[in-house]
Amino acid sequence: MDHLSNLEAESIHIFREVAATFERPVMMYSVGKDSSVLLHLALKAFYPSLPPFPILHVDTSWKFREMIAFRNQRMAEVGVKHLVHRNEEAIANGISVFTHGSGVHTDELKTVALRQALDKHKFDCAIGGARRDEERSRAKERIMSFRNQHHRWDPKRQRPELWHLYNTRIAPGESVRAFPISNWTELDIWQYIKRENIPVVPLYFAKERPTVIREGQIFMLDDDRMPLLPGEKPEMRMIRFRTLGCYPLTAAVESTAATIEEVVQETLSARTSERAGRMIDHDKPGSMEQKKIEGYF
Amino acid sequence: MQQITLDSQRSLLRFLTCGSVDDGKSTLIGRLLYDAQLIFEDQLRGIHIESQRKLGDVDALDLSLLVDGLQAEREQGITIDVAYRFFSTAKRRFIVADTPGHEQYTRNMATGASSADVAVLLVDARKGLLVQTHRHSCIASLLGIRHVVLAINKMDLMEYNEDVFRSIEKQYREFAKQLNFTSITAIPMSALLGDNVFKHSTNMPWYQGSTFMAFLEEVDADAIHENEPFRMPVQWVNRPHQDFRGFSGTIASGSVKVGDNITILPVGTPAVVQRIVQYQTEREIAERGEAITIVLDREVDVSRGNVLSSVQNPASTSERVEAHVMWMHETPVQAGKQMLCKLGTALVPAVITKISGKIDVNSMEKLPADILTMNEIGICVVQFESKIGHDTYLENRDMGGFIFIDRLSNETIAAGMIIRDASTTQNITWHKMDVDTNARATTKGQKPCVLWLTGLSGSGKSTIANLVERALWAEGKHTYILDGDNVRHGLSSDLGFKAEDRIENIRRVAEVSRLMTDAGLIIIVSLISPFQSERDRARRTIKQGEFIEVFIDTPLEECERRDPKGLYKRARAGEIKGMTGLDAPYEAPENPELHVSTMAQSPEDSALHIVSWLRTKGFLHA
Repeated sequence: MDHLSNLEAESIHIFREVAATFERPVMMYSVGKDSSVLLHLALKAFYPSLPPFPILHVDTSWKFREMIAFRNQRMAEVGVKHLVHRNEEAIANGISVFTHGSGVHTDELKTVALRQALDKHKFDCAIGGARRDEERSRAKERIMSFRNQHHRWDPKRQRPELWHLYNTRIAPGESVRAFPISNWTELDIWQYIKRENIPVVPLYFAKERPTVIREGQIFMLDDDRMPLLPGEKPEMRMIRFRTLGCYPLTAAVESTAATIEEVVQETLSARTSERAGRMIDHDKPGSMEQKKIEGYF
Repeated sequence: MQQITLDSQRSLLRFLTCGSVDDGKSTLIGRLLYDAQLIFEDQLRGIHIESQRKLGDVDALDLSLLVDGLQAEREQGITIDVAYRFFSTAKRRFIVADTPGHEQYTRNMATGASSADVAVLLVDARKGLLVQTHRHSCIASLLGIRHVVLAINKMDLMEYNEDVFRSIEKQYREFAKQLNFTSITAIPMSALLGDNVFKHSTNMPWYQGSTFMAFLEEVDADAIHENEPFRMPVQWVNRPHQDFRGFSGTIASGSVKVGDNITILPVGTPAVVQRIVQYQTEREIAERGEAITIVLDREVDVSRGNVLSSVQNPASTSERVEAHVMWMHETPVQAGKQMLCKLGTALVPAVITKISGKIDVNSMEKLPADILTMNEIGICVVQFESKIGHDTYLENRDMGGFIFIDRLSNETIAAGMIIRDASTTQNITWHKMDVDTNARATTKGQKPCVLWLTGLSGSGKSTIANLVERALWAEGKHTYILDGDNVRHGLSSDLGFKAEDRIENIRRVAEVSRLMTDAGLIIIVSLISPFQSERDRARRTIKQGEFIEVFIDTPLEECERRDPKGLYKRARAGEIKGMTGLDAPYEAPENPELHVSTMAQSPEDSALHIVSWLRTKGFLHA
């Protein structure tokens, strides 16, 4: 078996373990490329059945408009039960990056929202598309990652995880985050998208888009909620995204890679990590670990 | 970043770094990635800033920060948990597990080692071989790793002296003779300065061998998987609608074709493979490692935990195996602990019935032991509560490796590797009797059964057992008492009072009881039998419906007040160790057929209660 087929088989095995051993699993779907691969793997794992769990999108209300359109279209195509959850209270209180900073934004609209959704539906396992090559603290996490009643991760007391034997036993109220694509890299993701012809949000491909530059990073103006700073003027640039999150927190890269082949080629020669474009990882050293401890994905 | 070609055929090598604390494991991985220009610019900037903050030097670059991803690790400068890094060169793709050196975190090292093909064992040239060097070698060998790189590090601090290197290498090769490695490659290096990591060192012209990176790119670590028998543990029953029923799983060994005869273990039901289904396709043949869904030619009972297996060479289904057990929990374990065992996709209750020894990691010798503390590796007999399909670990990691899970906390408390089948009844066929149990019992006007009286020492078991027997005798019934004290004089005179001896004693009493029920008798067993798991095992030994658990319930204070044999007094004086109820646990029956409280009624009434129960259940008529 080649490398991608190996990765695929491992991921399918993990999906099936989750479906067979948890009472109420759910698959997190954040519309990005990793979620696209995750969804494709879930369809493969249970064929000819549909995935035996619902799909959940935690919507911060700050996603790119193209992401939401893509999500709605994909969900209609695959026919799996799907849910969208927002922290409506925080949204009604006007929480945003611009007014409260990225810390509060992420905490309220992502971490708290996720906890709300898990509690509301009493999900005992949330499947996510995190990869170990994304960030240092993710590289430390188990494939089946235990969470206590408060959704907290204890990095110092992780369960040993040998071979392909996943301990999925939990007490009531506790839960597990399962990561079927832990061992995939960004390059594997793109090569697999190419091999399997998986649909992804068009924002991953280069196009002329309205942008501004802030602190050396390129931001796309997705709608009129992003206030321009004095002296800032939108300019059209040929850009694409390596990673997708909330638009005010996700920087683009200048690129001409407009096809999947060109994106794979560009990924091969990248000199910075994809998460360089994610503002929330860099708030302070170890900031991703702290967010994860508190229940962030 | 180095330009690499787009080639999905490049092979994958999984390796781990291990060894004692401070030997430079994380630094070595950091150095390798740095010199091979495999670190993204933003990540490098990040650790530059952190290095300066940590070391107070503008030029400082602490490469270990690339892999030590947890805050606690960076604060303490140690590795706590295994980190996985992914990188590629023109020749290969790599997954490296950087594992902790502290003994406290050995279980995390084992986690990283369980999926690795090559172990990179770091040794600090100043310190030589340490206990952790030996322990990690031992674990790597037991887990089936066959190739070792002995990375003798910090050569810069020993003036790049060849003799230092040669002497450590010699010692290690001597030690490793007892291990199952097929190759050991010693490389002198300085991870801090980069000598022999990615580039040949000019400081050590006496070393002509491969650099670390060259070795990793070239080592042939592929295991050979030819002619292995087919095994597929069933993960999930795939039933989208009435007309499709498939069994999904990953092939653990061998291959399977449409039309193959297979057997479904542990029952051994035969079937033929009708379809092999994958996403929107049908396959004719599928091989080891593939995730598939199999449709069989007939309606058979198959569920998660079953193993679809080759007919010619089926997996073992014995309930008893000998295994290496690596204990991973702070609380030590003795024989008798009831746990859950996950093997393949099966999850069954299991118990360690005997600890026959432990491995001394320094000498690889087997030492006597009846208790395992954290990070010790024992040789144990494990009894599964029900039959499950398995192979030895040497034959197949996925069919011979298992974990133990604590029933209360759900923590993973041990990892095990099956050495051999330990069922004592292998190859012995059952001699079929012509005069059967029913015939024997009928002539006696009764139905055979075992009254299993359990309770603390001094609770009144023997007294009540005698009264019950006299009452039955008066009715002309055929009975026999097996008393815990009496069997110690004959049947179990070779046994002591250690946990494993007590378990063996209970096993013998249960087996003798079964023979006696076959003879049509009513057996009254009077035995403390403190563990539920052991009583459950006795219950399984006896024919269904014939085992009657009777809890003789007397509070400890009352037993100690009565103290008919003076045992409590001696235990309190420190003359007896392991006294049930004092310094050894007693697990009250969870669901006994009969619960007799001696505080509420006299022994005579208790006996009457038991006899009338037997009467209403029909045991006293043929």
